[in-house]
Amino acid sequence: MRIVLTQADVQRALTRIAHEILESNRGAENLLLLGIPTRGTVLAKRIAAVIHRIEPSAPAELAGSLDVTMYRDDLSRSGIRMPSPTEIPASIDGRTVVLVDDVLYSGRTIRSAFDALSDLGRARAVRLAVLVDRGHREFPIRADFVGKNLPSAASERINVRLSETDGVEDHVSIEGGVE
Amino acid sequence: MRHLLSTRELARDEAIALLDIAEDMAAVQHREVKKLPTLRGKTVVNLFFEDSTRTRISFEAAAKRLSADVINFSAKGSSVSKGESLKDTAQTLQAMGADGVVIRHPSSGAPYTLATSGWIDAGVVNAGDGTHEHPTQALLDAFTMRSRLHGAASRGRGLDGVRVVIVGDILHSRVARSNVWLLATLGAEVTLVAPPTLVPVDTGGWPASVVFDLDEALASGPDVVMMLRIQAERMHGAFFPNSREYARTWGLDDARFSQLPTATMVMHPGPMNRGLEISALAADSAQSTVREQVANGVSVRMAALYLLLSSERGEA
Amino acid sequence: MGESFVITGATLPTGERADIRLDGGIIAEVGSIADAAGATVIDADGLIALPGLVDLHTHLREPGYEQSETVLTGTQAAAAGGFTAVFAMANTSPVADTAGVVEQEASLGLSAGYATVQPIGAVTVGLKGELLAELGAMARSRANVRVFSDDGFCVFDPLLMRRALEYVKAFDGVIAQHSQEPRLTQGAQMNEGALSGELGLAGWPAVAEESIIARDVLLAEHVGSRLHVCHVSTAGSVEVIRWAKARGIDVTAEVTPHHLLLTEDLVSSYDPRYKVNPPLRRAEDVEALRTALADGTIDIVATDHAPHPVEAKQSEWDAAANGMVGLESALSVVHASVVETGLLDWADVARVLSSAPARIGRLRGQGEAIEVGAAPELTLYDPAAASEFGLDRLAGRSVNSPYLGRLLPGRVVATFHSGYATLLDGIVQPADEVARLATASTGGARG
Repeated sequence: MRIVLTQADVQRALTRIAHEILESNRGAENLLLLGIPTRGTVLAKRIAAVIHRIEPSAPAELAGSLDVTMYRDDLSRSGIRMPSPTEIPASIDGRTVVLVDDVLYSGRTIRSAFDALSDLGRARAVRLAVLVDRGHREFPIRADFVGKNLPSAASERINVRLSETDGVEDHVSIEGGVE
Repeated sequence: MRHLLSTRELARDEAIALLDIAEDMAAVQHREVKKLPTLRGKTVVNLFFEDSTRTRISFEAAAKRLSADVINFSAKGSSVSKGESLKDTAQTLQAMGADGVVIRHPSSGAPYTLATSGWIDAGVVNAGDGTHEHPTQALLDAFTMRSRLHGAASRGRGLDGVRVVIVGDILHSRVARSNVWLLATLGAEVTLVAPPTLVPVDTGGWPASVVFDLDEALASGPDVVMMLRIQAERMHGAFFPNSREYARTWGLDDARFSQLPTATMVMHPGPMNRGLEISALAADSAQSTVREQVANGVSVRMAALYLLLSSERGEA
Repeated sequence: MGESFVITGATLPTGERADIRLDGGIIAEVGSIADAAGATVIDADGLIALPGLVDLHTHLREPGYEQSETVLTGTQAAAAGGFTAVFAMANTSPVADTAGVVEQEASLGLSAGYATVQPIGAVTVGLKGELLAELGAMARSRANVRVFSDDGFCVFDPLLMRRALEYVKAFDGVIAQHSQEPRLTQGAQMNEGALSGELGLAGWPAVAEESIIARDVLLAEHVGSRLHVCHVSTAGSVEVIRWAKARGIDVTAEVTPHHLLLTEDLVSSYDPRYKVNPPLRRAEDVEALRTALADGTIDIVATDHAPHPVEAKQSEWDAAANGMVGLESALSVVHASVVETGLLDWADVARVLSSAPARIGRLRGQGEAIEVGAAPELTLYDPAAASEFGLDRLAGRSVNSPYLGRLLPGRVVATFHSGYATLLDGIVQPADEVARLATASTGGARG
């Protein structure tokens, strides 16, 4: 097992993403960050906190969560997946929605998120922020904001650990596969 | 979960997980687009050997909101009433590729027979069998109680310490049986109230106490009073003298209702006999959960179908 | 005359070891046989020799329900289970309520040749419980009927029951009552108790059996008649019968093998193989029945062999037929329930499964002790062989056995009826061969 991002790296990456989001959106107006449970939700909240520090006038209800379990196309390939709550703090109609997830891999989760999102309303634009992009896409999907590009072998596993969800110091590690 | 046949066999964490998923399903019911693509391509058969429009449309709505294809198979007026056996019917459904079968049957244990016979691979949901169980009704009742008590903070919770009084024909009620097991599993204290003729001969093994006096049961101000439908034809079996005496002794009339704490929920699985087991005042009061029960029925059945059908058949 | 057999080294019910010669239509020799020349020798070392078993309660289904069983297939099942005589219940179609039907039944049995088929006559016309059937005509017929029963239905009308009890005294008959209060058991599906309430199945309360037995023993006492109680299933019934016997009332009683071994818990599976009438009861009842059989309160074991076609048991519980096949498994089940538990020895088994039922049914030439001059009716049983009871053990037409897949002790190795073998090495002998031997033996007996 190899640590590829430390706690400080994670924090720096999220701060940078927050800046990039504000820059591309030209401020925090009409912005909505929707994390994909469970770690995406935590990351969305952290990015929102950074945005609030940078722009205290940003709307209070900035981060929510979007569960995509019911929209997956691979349900019957796995065991039962327990869905998580979806919390949309403000209507998505006319807003720029930034989807937030921990790892971007095949792109299937994000594809499901598009379906879930379209059932909730009509966003003005949809962006994607991820902490780690490890490649191996199966859909034409690209992240707008990336914490760290981490080319990996399919046989390797990328583990994201966050203090809120895992009770350990933040880090990203890589394990398995042929070195 | 392979099948949902009874609440007796549900463990506490399984029951709470199902109720939690139902919370997510309920959230979907408040959106403009009420449909989820989850069970696209799956076929759910509503196999009803007994008329029950309410239960059937509730399951139908649940399956459709999960994008499953729904086939309604009513045994009345079909080959089944001409002597076709449950086995032949099951094999027909198997040949049609049913992924889930929702069965309502007048014989206790028929869903169990269907699920264990090997006639069919589909997941089986018991939608009421004879005088045995009606698990989704009990789950929607528990869901309704939990929502009223804890609102948005319901997730993950049981019904610990909630005092529930169930009144009526316990002997013939599958709703009562399913509720007794489920509520006890979730930590509630259940009291059954009925004329002695309508209580099973030995309830020693039931996690519930039995009293014959409704006023005594209501005096402690329970959190929930659940009234069961009484069938007027029971009087022909000498279970009670007549409906007047029943209503007077075991009905939730205006006087009894007005004595209840205002926080006490009044529940009824429907259809109600107003003026017999429940007064119109009680049924239409703010304390009545009757309409919520109907709405919650769809969410709970969506959760059940999701758990049964979203993973590959044959897995645990 | 047919073949003669020398059975060597068998253990008699008394526990003694002996050789047995069957020859000339009798048991010709019991003891140490040095010269077996001319005879077929059967090595019975380690086997128990019992007098041929007699079942007072068999449903052969012919005429009328041949898809379930026929006299031929039912008596093949009997042979497989070590039985040499069966009393055939009257609920056939047409009902055995006239001399014609009972004579036909008996003659079918005679020509099949696997066992003595002794018809039971109906008590009432068509088993309807309204009018007495022609009891006297059946008694005087060639079928020589002595046992009368509406089994499947209770002779519920107390006046009719009284008259029947009185009437059969004229020819030393007995009424075998199916004790079931009909109103208390309307729609009944299983034993009434905690489990029926939980499973939501309509209860069959013990009191529905006990109240009829109590009434009937009092009637029998009042009119001085003989009463036989079919398939006793509850501890309370045992108490009533014990009381009646202590009072000197002329009552006998039977218990089925399944009520000695199985309990109502099996119904939790809703598997209709366990659906039977009277229903499987609680463990306390099973215990009381075993004790009653041991102390003589219950006189006999009778199978209530009730064959049903596959479709009658492949259904939801309510829709399934009541009944279990029992001839082939009876001896193993008795072995498991009362012999292995130390309540009965093999002499007791010979009594409850052979001599006592023959005596109650007034059947001659059956149930005699294994002695020189006795009828050549014999069963050889291997008590050591425990095995999973499988389809290979069933010889009748139906397979509705509750024991399939269950480990049971012992196995019937050979059955001899009228001096010839109907079962050898555990294999039912071919029908044409048995029929030929039967013709030869009756011919010989008459000549």
